[in-house]
Amino acid sequence: MIGRESLSMRGFRFLTGAVLITWMVLPLIPLAIWSFARGWFFPDLLPAQWSLQAWDYAFSETAGVLDSLWLTTLIAIVATILSILVGVPAGRALGLYRFRGKEFIELMILAPTIVPGIAVVLGIHSVFIAMGLNNTVAGVILVHLIPTLPYMVLVMSGIFANYDPSFEAQARSLGASAFKTFWYVTFPAILPGIIVGGLFAFLVSWSQYILTLLVGGGRVVTLPLLLFNFAASGRNDITGAIGMIYILPGIAILLLTARHLSGRSGAVGGFGRI
Amino acid sequence: MTHVSIEQLTKVYPGSTEPSLDRLTLEIDSGELTALLGPSGCGKTTTMKMIAGLLAPTSGDVRFDGRSILNDKPEHRGVVMVFQNYLLFPYMSVAENIGFGLKMRKVNKAEIERRVQEMLDLVKLPDLGKRRPSELSGGQQQRVALARALIVQPNVLLLDEPLSNLDAYLRFEMRDLIRSLQQEMGITTIFVTHDQEEAVVLADRIALILEGRLKQYDSADMFYKRPVDEATARFFGGQNFIHGRSDGKAFDSALGHLVLPAGAASGEGKLTFRPENVRIGLQNGAENQLEGTVVDRIYLGTQTRLKLRIGDEVIDVIANPEEVESFEQGQTVPIRLPPGSLWVL
Repeated sequence: MIGRESLSMRGFRFLTGAVLITWMVLPLIPLAIWSFARGWFFPDLLPAQWSLQAWDYAFSETAGVLDSLWLTTLIAIVATILSILVGVPAGRALGLYRFRGKEFIELMILAPTIVPGIAVVLGIHSVFIAMGLNNTVAGVILVHLIPTLPYMVLVMSGIFANYDPSFEAQARSLGASAFKTFWYVTFPAILPGIIVGGLFAFLVSWSQYILTLLVGGGRVVTLPLLLFNFAASGRNDITGAIGMIYILPGIAILLLTARHLSGRSGAVGGFGRI
Repeated sequence: MTHVSIEQLTKVYPGSTEPSLDRLTLEIDSGELTALLGPSGCGKTTTMKMIAGLLAPTSGDVRFDGRSILNDKPEHRGVVMVFQNYLLFPYMSVAENIGFGLKMRKVNKAEIERRVQEMLDLVKLPDLGKRRPSELSGGQQQRVALARALIVQPNVLLLDEPLSNLDAYLRFEMRDLIRSLQQEMGITTIFVTHDQEEAVVLADRIALILEGRLKQYDSADMFYKRPVDEATARFFGGQNFIHGRSDGKAFDSALGHLVLPAGAASGEGKLTFRPENVRIGLQNGAENQLEGTVVDRIYLGTQTRLKLRIGDEVIDVIANPEEVESFEQGQTVPIRLPPGSLWVL
């Protein structure tokens, strides 16, 4: 296939590759260097002295990075599981059935990707105070569902749009109960969507800042909050070290799922609607 | 062996005022192979889904050996449906597909393996157990779908357009396979089709459903010889419908005075006869001899279709191509309508 590719196609691929590297990889290099630097002053191209101090600190008890890492992971995992539980049936309804008000519901589900979180979160803040959810992990998990659900629902509705529910009727008629039908027939068919949508949801929750800050009230300190604290206090070396830890899941997920995200898979079909 | 009774079965879909199926009543004998025949949208697939438990009827009943099954869950009815597009589970091998029903019934692994191989042999695909469904041809997928249904020894087997996705050669092979397996295992089988040819070659009895209503429920030949009305006759390729009057023994119309077979209706009506039953040429002493003028001659390969004018009527005739090779437009030819081939609607 590659041998038959036209020259302009190869040029385009080179260009997109170059743009991706400039925007996504290059900005990370100074961050990585900072995490190993002891003082790095203008106009030096590289730090005068190297050190593991920042990393030492990042993994120490006092920094709270490890607690924060654990909390961020917990919140992201629970938010992802809840997104899957809501997103699969919602995606099925939107992907398979036609019903009155479907466009409106789609718009409402998409809205959080368009409306700025800060506009919404102030209202939610006052509701959560009344419900006693402010400053709690549960409150933070709930508010994370606002930005995670659209991704999950969109991916699943794309999957279900290409799914033939007659397979379920066939399984039932062969003697499978409703649960076994889901387990043996539906689940394998939608698993790629659950994986891709779930990873999106995980990353979106993992990187929430504003929603966590306002609903968590500074008591629920996730990694982005901690990172921002150090960045604001001017500790570039520690910021660099935490930053490196912070981007790890993103890179791991990207490497694991590059195949599913190539656009050839049905799992990303739902994004055609954004 | 299960006797199936369908009683006054009706389905009105929500938001619709017309019933998709209107008071269908059928008695299907144990071990019989019955076709539900009709154009798409006539209610035949609706009927099948209601028997399978995939759709709830608006009213009426379905009984197996006298017992109503409407409150049984689909997986407990002993009904297996084979869909038109086979619906083999793509994530499973051929063997896993065939064994699916047994696995759901918690049969042990060794037993499943043994019976799957048995079924594979029976449908003549002994070595394909490890393949994926996507690696099979349409005909092979059809056999796997059939094996997957038969392995659970259902009380009632439902087939959705079993031959329509196959080419002419495979149709007959598949027809023979379905018939022999069905007879051997004695499974009461109902299939739906829109293709009268498919119904005729496969079924013991045919139920013709038009616009949600049962028109005629009979053996195949009766639809050709004794259709109940014009729509039924037309569905089976009937072309000739002549207005006139019958006195029970003969029919008077633009074609003249024609002798009828015993049992024909009397009064105002339509005379019908099949284009292929019209005989060409004179025969001494034969009844119902006529003359027609050739209006058109259409060569169809194995047969030739003639349009003949007799009085004010134009009739369709199907003839042997060699027999009518020399006929030209405007020529007058003698024909006969044997009384046994006539029927009054």
